[in-house]
Amino acid sequence: MDNIKVLIVDDSSVMRKIVERSLRQAGLNLAQVVEAGNGMEALAALQGGKVDLILCDINMPVMDGLEFVKQLSSVENGKGVPVVMITTEGSEGHVVQALSAGARGYIRKPFTPDQVKEHVLGILTEKP
Amino acid sequence: MNPDKTTQMASTGRECWHSTLQLAVEEVFDLMLGSTLGIPTEPPSEEGLDITSMVGLAGKLCGVLTVRCAPKSAVLIASRMLGVDCDHCGAEVWDALGEICNMVGGNFKNKISGLGDGCMLSVPTVISGGDYNLRSLVNEQIRVMFLFEGEPLAVTLEVHN
Repeated sequence: MDNIKVLIVDDSSVMRKIVERSLRQAGLNLAQVVEAGNGMEALAALQGGKVDLILCDINMPVMDGLEFVKQLSSVENGKGVPVVMITTEGSEGHVVQALSAGARGYIRKPFTPDQVKEHVLGILTEKP
Repeated sequence: MNPDKTTQMASTGRECWHSTLQLAVEEVFDLMLGSTLGIPTEPPSEEGLDITSMVGLAGKLCGVLTVRCAPKSAVLIASRMLGVDCDHCGAEVWDALGEICNMVGGNFKNKISGLGDGCMLSVPTVISGGDYNLRSLVNEQIRVMFLFEGEPLAVTLEVHN
């Protein structure tokens, strides 16, 4: 997987760095990493260009991850971009909510780089 | 980490909460830091555990979860999480400790049958210094002591029902 542009949305800068490192460990050659601290910042960041993949936390201030996913398709550069939720909210109810909102994958914290690899590569290699 | 432990089924009875909390903490340190926590044979001194990270729980389970460690351990935790030298850990230490507490809280509640959907976690708060009293309306306290790189680390779940 080469030249992937990814948007990482999490209110923790440490988690954003860990997610980025996990993606690189998964073998992704990241051409660009865009970071956002909440859903609102992420929507604004997408105005700067389209990305190939979004990894998003759920519990964030200003705009949470579920609301972000709901609004994603209505913004420029947002339609069709796969979103993988990465969150501590790992209950079945939260998974259903996230997938219903439009997320394509769900990773529970704590996670291993292998789990990130499994989810992300599966989504990126899916045919549209 | 023993794979049998990581596949332990969710527990429902409160008699299992101590071991469930212990497992939740061990998994977070194993998966996110690559560190195996030790269990002290005798209760270690809690003096100097001047970094306190906490998250509130609300809903079916109300209370506070705290993770306490020494400043030196906090820097080492951040260093391991980020994969950088301790010298390169600045303000991210606070963020890292908050995330550790958040993940422990989430991992714990996800292991308790029925709690996942009905219990919310607050945004984490991190306090430095030991000259304070924390008072919450608790009915029950579960405390697990660990050794992180030989230094004490205390995890406490205070439950109010």
